[in-house]
Amino acid sequence: MRSISPEAIVGSRITNQSLRRWLHSLPGVDKVGLEARAASLGTRSIKTASKAWALDAAIKMMDLTTLEGMDTPERVKSLCLKALTPDPTDLSTPRPAAICVYGDMVKYAKATLKDSGVYVAAVATAFPSGRASLRVKLEDTKDAVRAGADEIDMVIDRGAFLAGEYLEVYKQIVAVKEACKRNDGSYAHLKVILETGELQTYDNIRRASYLAMLAGGDFIKTSTGKVTVNATIPITMLMLQAVRDWYEETGELIGVKPAGGIRTAKDAIKYLVVVRETAGETWLNPDLFRFGASSLLNDVLMQRQKLKTGHYSGPDYVTVD
Amino acid sequence: MFEYSPAPESRSLVSFETSYGHFIGGKFTKPSNLYKTINPATEEVLAEISHGTDKDVDAAVKAARHAYEKVWSKLPGSERGKYLYRIARIIQERGRELAVAETLNNGKPIKETRDFDIPTVAAWFFYYAGWADKLDYAGLGANPKAHGVAAQVIPWNFPLMMLAWKVAPALAAGNTVVLKPAESTPLTALLFADICQQAELPEGVVNIITGYGDTGAALVKHPDVNKVAFTGSTDVGRVIAKAVAGSDKKVTLELGGKAANIVFDDAPLDQAVEGIINGIFFNQGHVCCAGSRLLVQESIQDEFLKKLKRRMEQLRVGDPMDKNTDIGAINSKAQLEKIDALVRQGVAEGGELWAPQCELPRNGFWFRPSLITGVSPANTVAREEIFGPVLSVMTFRTPAEAVTKANNTPFGLSAGIWTEKGSRILKLADQLNAGVVWANTFNQFDPTSPFGGFKESGYGREGGRHGLLAYLKGGN
Amino acid sequence: MRLDVRKTYKLFIGGKFPRSESGRTYELNDHQGKFLANVAQASRKDARDAVVAARAAQSGWASASAYNRGQILYRIAEMLEARREQFVAEIRAMTGVSSSKANAEVDAAIDSWVWHAGWSDKIDSVAGSMNPVAGPYFNISTNQPTGVVAILAPQDSALVGLVNSIAPAIVSGNTVVVVASEGLPLSAITLTEVLATSDLPGGVVNMLTGSAKEIGPWLASHQDVNAIDLEGAHSPVELEISAAETIKRVIRANSFSRGDSRGSLQHILALMEVKTVWHPKGH
Repeated sequence: MRSISPEAIVGSRITNQSLRRWLHSLPGVDKVGLEARAASLGTRSIKTASKAWALDAAIKMMDLTTLEGMDTPERVKSLCLKALTPDPTDLSTPRPAAICVYGDMVKYAKATLKDSGVYVAAVATAFPSGRASLRVKLEDTKDAVRAGADEIDMVIDRGAFLAGEYLEVYKQIVAVKEACKRNDGSYAHLKVILETGELQTYDNIRRASYLAMLAGGDFIKTSTGKVTVNATIPITMLMLQAVRDWYEETGELIGVKPAGGIRTAKDAIKYLVVVRETAGETWLNPDLFRFGASSLLNDVLMQRQKLKTGHYSGPDYVTVD
Repeated sequence: MFEYSPAPESRSLVSFETSYGHFIGGKFTKPSNLYKTINPATEEVLAEISHGTDKDVDAAVKAARHAYEKVWSKLPGSERGKYLYRIARIIQERGRELAVAETLNNGKPIKETRDFDIPTVAAWFFYYAGWADKLDYAGLGANPKAHGVAAQVIPWNFPLMMLAWKVAPALAAGNTVVLKPAESTPLTALLFADICQQAELPEGVVNIITGYGDTGAALVKHPDVNKVAFTGSTDVGRVIAKAVAGSDKKVTLELGGKAANIVFDDAPLDQAVEGIINGIFFNQGHVCCAGSRLLVQESIQDEFLKKLKRRMEQLRVGDPMDKNTDIGAINSKAQLEKIDALVRQGVAEGGELWAPQCELPRNGFWFRPSLITGVSPANTVAREEIFGPVLSVMTFRTPAEAVTKANNTPFGLSAGIWTEKGSRILKLADQLNAGVVWANTFNQFDPTSPFGGFKESGYGREGGRHGLLAYLKGGN
Repeated sequence: MRLDVRKTYKLFIGGKFPRSESGRTYELNDHQGKFLANVAQASRKDARDAVVAARAAQSGWASASAYNRGQILYRIAEMLEARREQFVAEIRAMTGVSSSKANAEVDAAIDSWVWHAGWSDKIDSVAGSMNPVAGPYFNISTNQPTGVVAILAPQDSALVGLVNSIAPAIVSGNTVVVVASEGLPLSAITLTEVLATSDLPGGVVNMLTGSAKEIGPWLASHQDVNAIDLEGAHSPVELEISAAETIKRVIRANSFSRGDSRGSLQHILALMEVKTVWHPKGH
């Protein structure tokens, strides 16, 4: 647990006013400069050995995700089996970090994955909109934890955030964190989805990141994958700057999870470059960086095969999930 | 660990002749009076270059005069423009080759030549091509006239880009040119001669004469030159201004700088860090408008320097041909020695030197990206242009003090301001004696945007309508 | 019978009318060789003091609103008009021209002030630009005064050439140190009396009478002078070489016509610096 209290960080009792003052005292973000830096990192050329390392790292950091209304136990089971054996032609292929599903699917995922080391993450708190009473959100969370979820991906109340009700957003995260507590006193890992596409400005995203970290989130996550704009490199870079600076201030290591829209190995490698050059090597670790993705895995597997065989692979040579 | 494997650009994209003559009247002369031009990253000899004599200069000026009288001044502007468009397109087509050639001869990273230098070169020709038939709108009234023959002397830091900044507006305005590239970086100018041939530019409209300072001196002093344009050091600028005194030659000078990059406590800090890095380490700091003096508000000095140092540790110094290199080679041994001497003096005067401990290649000329803290305005490193990857750090307490310190230099080329407060930016932009003020950004260039200095940083502008004016005289 | 009170012709530095610190004067005769006045003969130290005064006044004058500068220049025209008889008399005494010719010169001088006054708030509209750069940046170029300008006024003009040298410099916010025509200095000094009563801040125009040959080199080499106008220079090539030492902006002789009731925008711009400002656009 953290050694420094939220009050000490904010420098005051936690009220809406003190949170506002604190969040609005953070350095501004210049959009053009941030995006220019992100674009310049996007031109890094990752070859041979470094590419092989990055492809495996991308798999190990993946939250293999299915979040559809049409999800069924069979579908979830199939995805879990894919996680256990991503590439049947190459058993040295690492496994993803976790499977990410809706709360009611946790038990099926858990049944397949057992103690394989692949975690089960559940989205909760009236995902994706978060438009429900706190009571419902907490029940949603507790359900998933009871079903065996190792990790909870919650959404913040964007409406409250945009209305300036920072205290409300803060309290909800604190409450959900408490709902992650298991009977044995341990906690499911809490990822806080900011839904950056709805916060819209980089200044908002930085403030929401700090608010989530203050409230006890273990990870800050960009998106639900359900809105028009999901993870982008500049947004992820900004959140990496936030966790890096937070660590320097508090000694607390917080993870970052971009989610939604990351479909190719090339994209994933760009993200890893950004992690390395923004937050540093410490964050190149599944405990501190995750990709939320559904179709990314197969593209990474094809690139992996290409590196191994020297030939370009095709979709028929990786398994559908 | 996530280390980047080498990602070298292909050397085979470009081939050089063993030796080059001058490009005069549309043809290459027989190579003579040869000296070697090298790759400063490896010290490998790339080609042998002719050192131009007074006679060569005279031949080039005669060719330019002849082309001006007989061909170029008689062409309608619309046709001149089409030649410039052709050149812009060929530069785009041969972009990768030119980028590789520039990196080999200059030592700057391929990332920069590929993504900045060469695209900017093409953009410059494309922009001025459009002016050629619109000179009546340049601001001098109807029917402005070209000067005639323009003598252009350019430096080694952006060899082809400086050529474009000079040649494109000169030709658009209807002048013919004799251009002398820097002695250490002649190769892309010589490739440009080939591009002129591919574009079927009339013979003598562009002439390129290679050599050392004496060749350049002969060129600007030539009595049949009407216009002199120079980019380079203030010392040489002085010599040129003296050499043309009393003549009718029009002169524009783009000289040295010692720009202040001012960071206020309310700045967007992460972007300010990037701006400072870009401001001083872009092109190894071989940039006249480099933000070589960091003025940081005292209240955030520690936090800011910590961020800056962490960012500097990410800089990748080494093989310029590697696509991941951020900082390449120093362009010459002489320049390296100059940087080294100034830094030593900075330390001797009490400055504290800091540089990340990156490994440097064994051959070639290299200097680590460096910070000198504890600098006062009286120190040599706060006053003299180092022209290398070295940032002098000073502090200030109030906006007025920042302006006073920023303006406390004989130079006046550029300045940077980092603050989220709009009215402060506008006030400072008024008060700073600099020809280019970058607020919450740095080292941005565009063909539509005038660039040039106040005070000892020179006079005249390059870029935009103002840049065109330097190559025109009043109409009727 | 009453003896008239003669005027002592002094220098004009920092809004005050000092004698030359050297104590020197030179004798000015009229066109028939008859004694007219003892004119202050400025020294290099007077020139030095004038540069200090001009520098001190420069940022204030430049930051006055363009509207304000325009009104002051127009006020100069009004004051000159009010004292036209004095100028006519002095011009005629020094040169011997007819009354109608002298009046024509004063007319042109007054009209030139009016012409220049109107430019103050139009320069940037005409000669500035908003530049459509290829990126998400606001990019604007404005014109700013060069700073302190030394003017070696035309030697052959008593008034209109002088006005057409000073007005294009100060309209934009420069301050000037002028060396008046050595042979025709009286109207220059009378002009400073006009300037002193026109709300023009002290130090914006500093007038030295004496020898351009003697003072010119000190101004050309002065490190705190940003530009020099060589129209009335004795040895322009040497001065241009000297000015090159600090990369001064140089207006060579005969670059602009100075005899008319209007000047030239290019002359105004020759004493200005283009400043380009960039800022990102993003929210």
